Amino acid sequence: MKKLLGMTLLLVALIIAISVFEGQAFLSAGNLHNLLQRIGLLGIYALGAGIVILSGGIDLSVGSVMAIVGVSVAMLVGSGWNPWVASGLVIMVCALLGLWHAFLIGKFKLQPFLATLASLLLLRGLSRGISGGVTQSLQGCQAFKQLGNGSFLWMPISFWILIGLALILGFMMNFTVYGRYLYAIGRNEDAVRYSGIKVNRVRILAYVICAVLAGIAGVVELSYNGECQPASSALMYELWAIAAAVLGGCSLSGGEGSVLGVIVGAALIKVMYNGINLLGVNTEWEWAVIGVVILGGVIADAAYKLRAAKRVKA
Amino acid sequence: MKSATAVPLLSMNGITKRFPGVLALNSVDLDLGHGEILGLIGENGAGKSTLMRILGGDYPADSGEITFAGARAYISDVQDAIALGVSVIYQELNLAPNLDIASNIFLGREPRSFGVVDTKTLRSRAAELAGRVGIAAPLTTLVEKLSPGEQQLVEIAKALSVDARVLVLDEPTSSLSPAEAAKLFEVMRALKQAGVSMIYISHRLGEVEEMCDRVIVLRDGERVGEIERERICRDEMVRLMVGRDIARFFPEHHERGESETVLSVRSLVYAGGKAPISFDLHSGEILGIAGLVGAGRTELVQSLFGIEPAVGGEIRIEDEPAVICDPADAIRCGMGLVPEDRKALGVILEMSVVENITLSSIGRYNPPFMDRARETQVATELVDKLDIKTPGLAQMVQFLSGGNQQKVALAKWLGTNPKILILDEPTRGIDVGSKSEIYRLIRELADDGMGVIMVSSEMEEIMGLADRVLVMHEGRCTGILARGEITEESIMHLATGGART
Repeated sequence: MKKLLGMTLLLVALIIAISVFEGQAFLSAGNLHNLLQRIGLLGIYALGAGIVILSGGIDLSVGSVMAIVGVSVAMLVGSGWNPWVASGLVIMVCALLGLWHAFLIGKFKLQPFLATLASLLLLRGLSRGISGGVTQSLQGCQAFKQLGNGSFLWMPISFWILIGLALILGFMMNFTVYGRYLYAIGRNEDAVRYSGIKVNRVRILAYVICAVLAGIAGVVELSYNGECQPASSALMYELWAIAAAVLGGCSLSGGEGSVLGVIVGAALIKVMYNGINLLGVNTEWEWAVIGVVILGGVIADAAYKLRAAKRVKA
Repeated sequence: MKSATAVPLLSMNGITKRFPGVLALNSVDLDLGHGEILGLIGENGAGKSTLMRILGGDYPADSGEITFAGARAYISDVQDAIALGVSVIYQELNLAPNLDIASNIFLGREPRSFGVVDTKTLRSRAAELAGRVGIAAPLTTLVEKLSPGEQQLVEIAKALSVDARVLVLDEPTSSLSPAEAAKLFEVMRALKQAGVSMIYISHRLGEVEEMCDRVIVLRDGERVGEIERERICRDEMVRLMVGRDIARFFPEHHERGESETVLSVRSLVYAGGKAPISFDLHSGEILGIAGLVGAGRTELVQSLFGIEPAVGGEIRIEDEPAVICDPADAIRCGMGLVPEDRKALGVILEMSVVENITLSSIGRYNPPFMDRARETQVATELVDKLDIKTPGLAQMVQFLSGGNQQKVALAKWLGTNPKILILDEPTRGIDVGSKSEIYRLIRELADDGMGVIMVSSEMEEIMGLADRVLVMHEGRCTGILARGEITEESIMHLATGGART
């Protein structure tokens, strides 16, 4: 809770600071729209990654899933499919992928890192292979492109999607037993199994949610760009997802984190990005700055925990 | 009261240690003679381990002084303690599992020539030390392949390799079989003969009575008494530890009439098991399962509970055939299992008391929703019923004492209303006060009609509580003893492979 509060304060401070220095540019309607759009997109796939992380796993396939989703929806549309139908179908296939990951981890006891690393490579290769490495563009489909670019009630549609998904997942995490089980297996999977809970089913839930959210994000990203580059689209997004989740309070050892925290983490990353650009820092430095902030955040958290642990060591 | 011998080898005077919010040790004195085995006992949290960690250089005392062989000693880290000749063997052993015995004995202090480890010298010195403590396994055996008892001996050899004059053993027998413990005691006697002084911490009062020359009792961070050799007995130790008389340690037995069979096991073969096992469990009965470590007791009950499903045989619950492939099936059939390894399997340390208590039952209230009101109500009732000492329902289980953690693990099952409750070493490593409460609780549950299976390595626990005892030896059931037949001798006879007479 304290970590979430700290990160929220940091976010607010950052927003105030940028507004003071570059208020006009930062607070312009266009910039805010774009910022919320990007937060929305990152938030969607970071939420999925966050749920897997808090269940004690990790999913490295997020970026590649988004790429293959983009490529295949664009190709299906190119061969005459309705974009909405194509998207729906592809997202359903994503659910199967999540099932596959959970199966590998549960049945074959593969480490989540390795099971999903294989998918990272495989799906990226697949998207390059089936497209012949050629950028797949959406022709026409104006209504579909609104998904990534349009607004509804003054806010980008992708941000609304994030809010909707956050409400659903927030409800699941806080008001259904699955939320309790997800946290519990993140803490101690064996003890959960000894308590009579079907750990594999809970794990399936986490990986399916992650893959489906990555699928949705892939569709939104395709709609936003109007095209998908098989080799570079959504490259390394899984790491941004993990960064957002960790900044927002998830622990990579599992059992910690919250839906709201992940969204705050995603917002932090995107506001930093935006601020760096607006303040005229050479964009080549973006990653370095964000790397330092993430490191600072996790060190502060670790130091806090060490102190707390010392206090109770009796 | 103190025997007026010469200058003690070691004396700790007025040791005080304060942790935020707790006075862990309040001006405690302890002295240790040459070649003496001193028992240090007390309930969990009494300060035994803190005192020994100060002696071992793990952390400093706030005040007080330590005198060693007549001279003031300053111990500020582990190296200082070792230099004095003080070695502390903690409950969690400090061995490298992937190295062999010889390398572990000299880990970090390998004999070298020209900067390279001198394997020949290392082997020969290790062989000598291994001989002294009676390690039978070849020195090239990896430590992870050793039994807990043998690992304990490696730790002792390691301590002797630095010429320890004072050896502190913190609960050394808690994971040993009786035979391994007996071996350890032999080694301790030999060391005593050789002039090594020992401080022996144990919850097993029988062992303390057997081994110790003198006993010091701590309670709530204070030294509350000292018992000389001839006066060491269980009652006196318990009285000092808990500060009151425990009239009866074990709850009273009620003669049971005939009752129905809740669980009937026929020709069950657990995964990796050698021989089929059959037995019945009646409602209201406590069936003890005795045997040496490695006899297959844990494997047997885990197969009943579906952790590692049985590979053959039949399980009937209340006369209905039951197929149990995982714990969820077992729970549906009305079973509960409190596993041996409390911290790793019994509770989730980083979750709250309420979340732990309702983990197995919350899915039943109003699925898939979480009924927090009902959850709080159930947990409150169980905390009350089991007298779990916690500042609140939201307290993390890791901050509770071992006894209270175990009660939480028990409470989790009571929330599911089981017909059959399986307890694997239910009182391992918990203090005397909590033990007696847990015994009373187990008896109450049985009296209310539950069938209880209790695996235990503590003979007195089996004898004090069980209505019948199933004894195992090397994966086989060597006999089932009725109430009247239960004696220490009859159990040991069967546990060591003797035939039923």
